[in-house]
Amino acid sequence: MGRRSLAVVPWPDIGQWCLELHKSDGAAMERNMLRQDVSRTAVRTSADHRVPVTDRTPQEPPLRVSPGAEPAGPPDDVLQLLTPEGVRRSHADLDDWVADVGDDELAALYEDMVVVRRLDLEATALQRQGELGLWPPLLGQEAAQVGSARALRRDDFVFSSYRENAVAYCRGVDLTDLVRVWRGTTASGWDPFAVGMATPTIIIGAQTLHATGYAMGCVKDGADSVAVAYFGDGATSEGDVNEAMVFAATFRAPVVFFCQNNQFAISEPVGLVAVRPLADRAPGFGIPSLRVDGNDVLAVTAATRIALDRARRGEGPTFIEAVTYRRGPHTTSDDPTRYVDPAVAEEWCAKDPILRVERLLESRGRLTAELTAAVTEHADAAAAEMRRGCLGLEAPPPLSVFDHVYTAPTSWLERQKSQYAAYLAMFEEA
Amino acid sequence: MATLTLAAALTSGLRHALEDDPKVVVMGEDVGRLGGVFRVTDGLQKDFGPDRVMDTPLAESGIVGTAVGLCYRGYRPVVEIQFDGFVFPAFDQLVTQVAKLHYRTRGAVRVPLTVRIPYGGGIGAVEHHSESPEAYFTHTSGLRVVTCSNPQDAHTMLRQAIACDDPVVFFEPKRRYWTKGEVDTDAPLDDVPMEQARVVTRGDDVTLVTYGPLVATAVDAALAAREDGIGIEVLDLRSLSPVDLATVEESVRHTGRLVITHEAQQHGGLGAEIAASITERCFFHLEQPPARVTGFDVPYPAAKLEEHFLPDVDRILDAVDRVLGRQNSLTGWKG
Ligand SMILES: Cc1ncc(C[n+]2csc(CCOP(=O)(O)OP(=O)(O)O)c2C)c(N)n1
Repeated sequence: MGRRSLAVVPWPDIGQWCLELHKSDGAAMERNMLRQDVSRTAVRTSADHRVPVTDRTPQEPPLRVSPGAEPAGPPDDVLQLLTPEGVRRSHADLDDWVADVGDDELAALYEDMVVVRRLDLEATALQRQGELGLWPPLLGQEAAQVGSARALRRDDFVFSSYRENAVAYCRGVDLTDLVRVWRGTTASGWDPFAVGMATPTIIIGAQTLHATGYAMGCVKDGADSVAVAYFGDGATSEGDVNEAMVFAATFRAPVVFFCQNNQFAISEPVGLVAVRPLADRAPGFGIPSLRVDGNDVLAVTAATRIALDRARRGEGPTFIEAVTYRRGPHTTSDDPTRYVDPAVAEEWCAKDPILRVERLLESRGRLTAELTAAVTEHADAAAAEMRRGCLGLEAPPPLSVFDHVYTAPTSWLERQKSQYAAYLAMFEEA
Repeated sequence: MATLTLAAALTSGLRHALEDDPKVVVMGEDVGRLGGVFRVTDGLQKDFGPDRVMDTPLAESGIVGTAVGLCYRGYRPVVEIQFDGFVFPAFDQLVTQVAKLHYRTRGAVRVPLTVRIPYGGGIGAVEHHSESPEAYFTHTSGLRVVTCSNPQDAHTMLRQAIACDDPVVFFEPKRRYWTKGEVDTDAPLDDVPMEQARVVTRGDDVTLVTYGPLVATAVDAALAAREDGIGIEVLDLRSLSPVDLATVEESVRHTGRLVITHEAQQHGGLGAEIAASITERCFFHLEQPPARVTGFDVPYPAAKLEEHFLPDVDRILDAVDRVLGRQNSLTGWKG
């Protein structure tokens, strides 16, 4: 493997890149990097973050001709800063982006991940106890979510799917608000504008267009805020995600497409929606991409910061494929034993995102009894708070079913409402 | 006052909206340099620039979906769907997102989006260019659905739709784009609410409810009936969701007879809803069952057959005869 390098071609130069591609000889090329990381023309300067420039000539990635159902892209073919064994690997092109993440910051990320895992398990327990109707566990995806969400600014805006509860946590969503939807007391848990995060849409992929439109609005407003679209590997085959990438590229929208490739869309393996690594698709749209170890909170942080930085500087969208693994069921209604290979699941347990940070902290003498006690206490308290909040959620009053259909009441609905009120009154009188 | 075609009245409505509110943006396929395939956005990009009048990629879901994102940022997008038959790629965004966002967020997120759709037949077009898909949208709670029948309404209602904080699907009767009429472009927006039906002709004998392209046809029918001494009260619904049933009910209580006509297919159409609601509300004022004159329950046919599919003056008058208990095409029919 040659030196990993990280250079970004502005999208109009892709034609040039293609030429280079065809001229190239057999020199090794890193497929894992920004997927259009191949031009000598990319010169970027930034006060805080230097993006390295490569002088390599590109080479066409090895052709994949695997049939549909084969997993696309070896999961370990990824950018990494922290190995599963907890070894901090140096990476010339990523190190700068996490240079400010010292032991304290690492401990904070660790704490976040432990807390969200605890919250997630608590919610699963609440569902098993009949207190929630459904829950989509994020077990295994803590680093992908925490690492990316913690890289955001307050004035950035997240558009997510249903599984991004750790992102919501990092955005400051109230713990009770996390479970409202799943208890069925409302269709949407929080005020998006209060936390800079839209409430999740269940329609796979729909939110990626909202993120892109939001980002187009940022451009119009001259704001350097960024929209972040979270979605899964399965979503990448939806038309909306592809349309979002077309729009984002055309309008150079400051949007980050953050794809958590957790290997499954319910039961369907990623190989069914892509016969090449997902990150390979974006450059075809004119969007550079990164393929990172989604279980490595440092690599995820670095990748997200790179993407955010590009967006803020007017360089448009970036696609990040965070390669991870869904350790739990799709939702609490799912039966993964029908389709999960236990041996593979076992392998992924060894790549646990929290364990490797623990090992790193330990190797630095920072995994003290005080730290683990404090983190556990925080996690338990958060879980208890969420449980309390959950149990306190009552069904809303019946007539509120008619509220907020429109911004102002219509005579049509007022009539239905008043007739239903009369109907309900009949029971009260009886 | 100016004499404008319906299309030009829409253009002037858009121009006003763009001038009045910097958050209004127009987006769609060919709306910029070309001015739209029907020229409704003619000249707007030149005057307001490509940031506010944007040609978009060809992706209807993308157009509506990104417009939703712009709403989150405080914009008021007006999107153009090129033809009625091409709205369906955007159907998901309209039904699952646009219609529900305000409701599901309990009012936190507003979607002041206007979706303009040229609709209806009678122009001899190839398939997907003549359809009337309004019932899909009137069936969707959370959307407002309106249509115009004349240049003044085109101008005023479009501005009202854009000013409305709810999402509005705005159907434009494409075969009437070239109809001319007097338009007061300074008429106050709050004079007649967008959701109010209009009594177009007064009459004592039959209430004829219609909207969009068939209003002119209904008026022709009323004029013809007047020669026979029959008074038809033509109502232009204007708003298809919500429907101003109070105005319809008041008229039916007066005439005792109801005919509804629309180009869209009959089954599950707006006519069914109006017939049922009026029957529920004033059954004992009806002298005869309501009658519907609609497109047949077939896919929109080839151009050389559309005259059979589309309701016209004679088919409307035949239904008027039916509700009056006069000799009509079904007299003695034993199907
Ligand atoms: C448009 C649409 N089609 C189908 C579904 C049903 N569905 C819910 S989740 C899901 C799988 C999504 O997989 P992926 O995008 O990989 O996200 P993940 O669940 O792995 O986080 C499917 C098919 C849906 N919610 N929306």
